[in-house]
Amino acid sequence: MAEGTNYSADHVLEYPYVRSVGPVVGAFLTGLRDGKIVGIRGTGGKVVVPPTEYDPDTGEETSGMVDVGPEGTVTSWSWVPHPRPKHPLTTPFAWVLVRFDGADTSFLHVMPASGPDEVHTGMRVRPEFAPEADRVGHVNDIRHFVPVDAAS
Amino acid sequence: MSGFPELTSGHRPVGVVSFAQYDNVRREDAHNEVEMLMPVVAEVFGSIGITKDDVGFICSGSTDYLVGGPFSFVTALDAVGVWPPRAESHVEMDGAWALYEAWVLLQEGEIDAALVYCFGRSSPGDLSEIMALQLDPYYMAPLWPDPTSLAALQAQALIDSGRASESDFAAIASRARRSALANPKAQLAYDRSPEELLGEDYEVAPLRRHALPPLTDGCAAVVLAAGDRAYELCERPAFITGIDHRIETHAIGARDLTRSPSTQLAGEKAGVATKKVDQAELHAPYAHQEMILVDALNLSDDVALSPSGGALAANPMMSAGLIRIGESARAIWSGQADRAVAHATSGPCLQQNLVCVLEGV
Repeated sequence: MAEGTNYSADHVLEYPYVRSVGPVVGAFLTGLRDGKIVGIRGTGGKVVVPPTEYDPDTGEETSGMVDVGPEGTVTSWSWVPHPRPKHPLTTPFAWVLVRFDGADTSFLHVMPASGPDEVHTGMRVRPEFAPEADRVGHVNDIRHFVPVDAAS
Repeated sequence: MSGFPELTSGHRPVGVVSFAQYDNVRREDAHNEVEMLMPVVAEVFGSIGITKDDVGFICSGSTDYLVGGPFSFVTALDAVGVWPPRAESHVEMDGAWALYEAWVLLQEGEIDAALVYCFGRSSPGDLSEIMALQLDPYYMAPLWPDPTSLAALQAQALIDSGRASESDFAAIASRARRSALANPKAQLAYDRSPEELLGEDYEVAPLRRHALPPLTDGCAAVVLAAGDRAYELCERPAFITGIDHRIETHAIGARDLTRSPSTQLAGEKAGVATKKVDQAELHAPYAHQEMILVDALNLSDDVALSPSGGALAANPMMSAGLIRIGESARAIWSGQADRAVAHATSGPCLQQNLVCVLEGV
């Protein structure tokens, strides 16, 4: 090989299958499409959001969907000054773990924030949904979170 | 022969008798995974005067996601040479878990020695994107949270709990990189004060650059031997007296990120607290995670923490855990420690943890 010559070839990884998300994850994603947040009851009546088919601590089967939120409280956060290409937002933002009102676990999403001083644990937030016509039953049907007192 | 230590796990004494690792580097352009492994496998056998014919089992740890092709571990076997056919296995995990599988097989008593190796290059792809693929495919992966963003959520939770500050993270990073100055295999070593490190910008707040692990290409190998065979190969084998691994839910929002109950349970099952611990090699890629692990293992102030510099000095994917076991074994061979705790982690924010207690007689 001549010095300084790099050979390259495109290599495309594919996952050419369609999967059903099932009755529990499916209910959550369908809820997002309809502009609402649902959880499920786990061990001891605790409400798991986002819902799973089993309790995250005990592994017991969960049952009984419940509406929660849409407002919630930030339980932890981190702040990204330089978003990466695949991140949901292109300008500085915070990752937020949000405990929806009525839930016992937290949900990961993003919130625009120009600095780390614009987000704090305990902050009240709500989801900003995509326009109804654009919602498809996907976690990105929530565009991002905003502070509860922010104008829509 | 000097006898065997009392065992918490298993009934057959199995010791680490040889360890080798690649020169951990940011980018290994000139050699592929097999070519990187060949000198490491040659060293791990050669330093104790054996060949592949002397081990009854080979177990490796790696992930195809880093290589970008399926069944890459089969190709990697060429580094050992498996003709005539060998008893062999693979885990899509850090080499520390491959060691666990080999330890289980050695417990069964049919073989007396095993080779464990692992490899991973961070440089060919974008590790931040690759690591996002290990997350929940519906709730988390579509958002592409990178390991540093998730670790920063954990660090912030630790700060909110009142148990840590950014200064603590800087102090840990400063100490680890200073320790690494004495480790010829370290990728990142320096002598800089915590105050100086706190002047760095946020990578993802509240984590500044110093609190992150380096991106590393590397590989490592260990030879395990049981019973008398261990003493034939090593003057002072590092016997595994306890080993256990546990996992927590993949639902990150359902965990208390400031604690590591899986490490605590694994530590209890491995018998960490039954005797004095001289040193602990902790696989804490992010500085704040060392504090969580020290708490979970209930290590006292006189335990030397990650004398090699730990994962903050070099963090080769799939190998950084096994290297903690190898470094612990070296400390026992040299007499620097009589009893050492090695820890390996996997998954976001310390989701899965392995604890291995090593003792010399």
